Amino acid sequence: MTNLSRRELLRSAALAGIALPVLSACASPAGPGGASPAAPAAGATSAANPLGLVETSPLEVWIFDGGLGDAYATDVHEPLVKGKFPKLEIKHNTTKEIAKTLQPRFAGGNPPELVNNSGANAMDFGALVQDGQLADLTPLYDAPSWDDPAVKVRDTIDPAAIELGSYDGKPYVLNYASTVWGIWYSQKLFEAEGWQPPKTWAEFLRLCETIKKSGKMAPFTYAGKHPFYIYETILTLAAKIGGKDVLKNIDNLEDGAWQVEPVKQAATAFAEIGAKYLLQGTAGLDHVQTQTAHNKGQVAMLPCGSWLENEQKDSTPADFGYAMFTLPDFGSSDALPYGTLHARPGEEFIVPAKSANPRAGLEYMRAMLSKEGAGKFMEMVSTLTVVKGASEGRTLKPGLKSASTALAAAGDNAVWFLFRKWYVEMHDEVAAATGQFMNGKLTVDQWIERAQKKADSIKNDSSVKKFKR
Amino acid sequence: MNYGRTRFVTGFLAIPVALYVIYVIAPYAQAFYIAFTNWRGVSADPQFVGLENFRRLLDDDVFWKAVGHNLILLILMPVLTIGIALLFAFLLNSGGRGGTGGVWGSKFYRVVFFFPQVLAVVVVAVLFQQVFRPDRSGMLNAPLIALGFEPVGFLSDTDVALWALLGVLVWQAVGFYVVLFSAGISSIPRDMFEAASIDGAGGAQLFFRITLPLLWDTIQVGWVYLGIAALDVFAVVWVMTAEHGGPDSSTTVMAAEIYRNAFQYFRFGYASAMGVVLFFFTIGFAALALRLSRRERIEF
Repeated sequence: MTNLSRRELLRSAALAGIALPVLSACASPAGPGGASPAAPAAGATSAANPLGLVETSPLEVWIFDGGLGDAYATDVHEPLVKGKFPKLEIKHNTTKEIAKTLQPRFAGGNPPELVNNSGANAMDFGALVQDGQLADLTPLYDAPSWDDPAVKVRDTIDPAAIELGSYDGKPYVLNYASTVWGIWYSQKLFEAEGWQPPKTWAEFLRLCETIKKSGKMAPFTYAGKHPFYIYETILTLAAKIGGKDVLKNIDNLEDGAWQVEPVKQAATAFAEIGAKYLLQGTAGLDHVQTQTAHNKGQVAMLPCGSWLENEQKDSTPADFGYAMFTLPDFGSSDALPYGTLHARPGEEFIVPAKSANPRAGLEYMRAMLSKEGAGKFMEMVSTLTVVKGASEGRTLKPGLKSASTALAAAGDNAVWFLFRKWYVEMHDEVAAATGQFMNGKLTVDQWIERAQKKADSIKNDSSVKKFKR
Repeated sequence: MNYGRTRFVTGFLAIPVALYVIYVIAPYAQAFYIAFTNWRGVSADPQFVGLENFRRLLDDDVFWKAVGHNLILLILMPVLTIGIALLFAFLLNSGGRGGTGGVWGSKFYRVVFFFPQVLAVVVVAVLFQQVFRPDRSGMLNAPLIALGFEPVGFLSDTDVALWALLGVLVWQAVGFYVVLFSAGISSIPRDMFEAASIDGAGGAQLFFRITLPLLWDTIQVGWVYLGIAALDVFAVVWVMTAEHGGPDSSTTVMAAEIYRNAFQYFRFGYASAMGVVLFFFTIGFAALALRLSRRERIEF
C-alpha cells in the first residue's frame, strides 16, 4: 500500500461510490499496471489433483441467481468438489446482479475463483477478454476427465461448447448448459383440439387461422417487452432459408449481412404473424406474463428456450405437457432441412485469471463436467448440458425430453448467432427495432436498415474489440 | 483566544471535510478524468483518448433523444406538479367558504395526497406497471377491453409511453408540494384573506392576488428541486419501461443512457462523458432557474 498513487486512491474511492457493499474489495486496489497482488497459486499436480489446485486457499464461487437458481451449486457441484478435496474451503455466493457485485473486484485485482457470468447483468465478455481477466481453460480441457482418467475432459463434451467459449482461438468461457429454442405448446391442448405441430409455413399459417377462428385463445405471442425472443426466431428462420452463413456473416459484421433476401423473407413472414395472430397486448407483456397466459390457455404458442419448463414449473398445470416444435419449412428452396433449430451451449462460467486460486476454479469446472455433476444438474433444473450422455439413466420432464429429441434430430443442423454476446449494443438496437416492426411501426426494410447501420457503426468503432467465427 | 477557537473548529471539521472530499468530490473528479479515457470498467490502466467521447456524443442519436425527453420533463414536470399542488394546497387551506378554511374533508385529502411520497420510487414503478398493463389485468385497460375498445399500450406505444411516465412522476411528486405549499399558505396571516373577502374578492382573486405572490419563494425552491429531479429521473424509467427506456428509446433519459453505457456496454469512459454533460446541464439549469425567477421579496 506504500506505493498507492493518487489516481488509484481516487479510483478506489470512485468504485466505493459505485458499489458500497463491496467496499472491502476496493481497499486493496491492484498495484501499478494492474498486476495481481499475489501470483496465482499453483500446487503440485498428481493423479488425484490433475490441475494442481491449492487446498489451503479458499475457492470462492459466485452463482447467478436466475431461472436456474443456485441449489445445483450448493447441492450438486460443491459437494462433489468437497468430496475430493475435504480441506478446501468453498465460499458460496449468489447474486442477481453479477456485474454490479463483481465488476469492482475485477478492477480491484481480487476477483473470486469461479463466476457464473449470466443474466441480464452479466459482465461483458469482450471487455473481460480484452483486459486479460479470464483464465485460459486449455489446461482444464486437456486434463483427464472426472469419470475416466484415460479420457480427456475435451472429449466428454460437445465441441461446440469449446468453440463458442473461445475468443480468438483460446477457450476462456465454459458454456455449460445447452439451450434449445423452438415454438412451445401444450401437448394436452393440441391433442384435445386435434391440432398438429406444423411442418410447413403454410400449415403454420393455417393453424394460426384455425386457432383464431376457434375464439378460445390467441394463436401466438412472444415476450413483447423483450423482443429478443422474436428476433431470435426470425434469425433462426433466416438461417433455415439461407443457410448457416446468414448468421455467421451477421456475427462477423460483414458488409450488408442484414440486407440479404433470407433475413428479409423471415422478417416479412413474422411481420404477418405480428399483424394478424398475436395475443392482445403482446407488445406490453414480459416473458413471465406471456408464459403465464400460455399456461392459462389464453394463447396457444410462444417461442422460447428450453429453460421455459423449469422457469414455469410453479405455475404450469400438472398435465400441461410442454413440448416444442422446430420452425416449419418455409419453402422448397430452404438451405437447411426440416428440423433445423437454434441451439447453443450457454450459461457461461469463467475462472478469473487474477483470482487467488484459479486452479481451484478449473477443478470446480472439471467436477461440473463429470457425468454425475451434469446428470444431477440436468434433473434438478431441467436443462440439457454440454456433457455427452449426461442424461443416461435420468428421468426428464416432457418439455426437456421434447427439446432433447429435437436437438438429437437436428444433428448438424443446429444454428446459432453470437453478436448478442459480442456486441450488446447491436443486440439492443436489433431488439428495439424488432419490437417496433412486429407492432407495425416499422417496415421490414426500415428494420433491416437500422440493424445494418448499427452493425456498420460497430464495425467502424475502433474502441470495440471485434470477434470472428 | 481566537487561535484556539480556529484550531477547535478546524479539528472538528477535518474529518467530515476529508470524508466529503474522498466520497463526494473525488468521485466527481474521477468521473471527469474517466470521461477522457476509453475505460471499459475492468482494466486497471485506462487509455487517455482526449475529447473522443464528447465527439462521439455529438453523433449519438439515442443520447440526444434522451436529452430531448429530459427537456420535455424539465418543462412539464415542474409546471404540472406545481400547478396541481398549488391548486390542492389552496383548496385544502383556503378553498372553503369565505376563504378561511379548507374544503370539506381536507384533512383526509392531505393524507391521501401525501401517500405516494411515502412509497419508494421503485414500488411506485412496479405498481404502475400493473396499472398500465395492456391486457385484462391492467387497471386502466380492463374497462376499455370490457367495453370493446382496443387497449392502450401505455408503456408499449412509442407515442404514449413518455406521457404515461410523466403522469407517474407528477402523481408521485404532487403530495410533497401540497404539504410544502400548505405550510407556506398557513404562514400567510389569516386576516389578509379575511380582509380581502370582506372587500368582495372571490376564490380566484384570493389565489392570484394573495396566495401566489406570498408563496413565491416556496414555489421557486420547488421549481429548482423539480427541475433537478426531472434532469436526473432514472428509477421510474428503468423499472417501468420495456428495454429500460423503450420501447425503441421512446422514453429514455440521460441517466438511463449513462447507466446503460456503463453497466451494459461497459463503456465507462463514454458514460462518464455523458455524466459530465448532465452535470453541466443541471448546474446550468439551477443557476438559470434561480436567476429567472428572482423577484422582489414581499415582507409580511
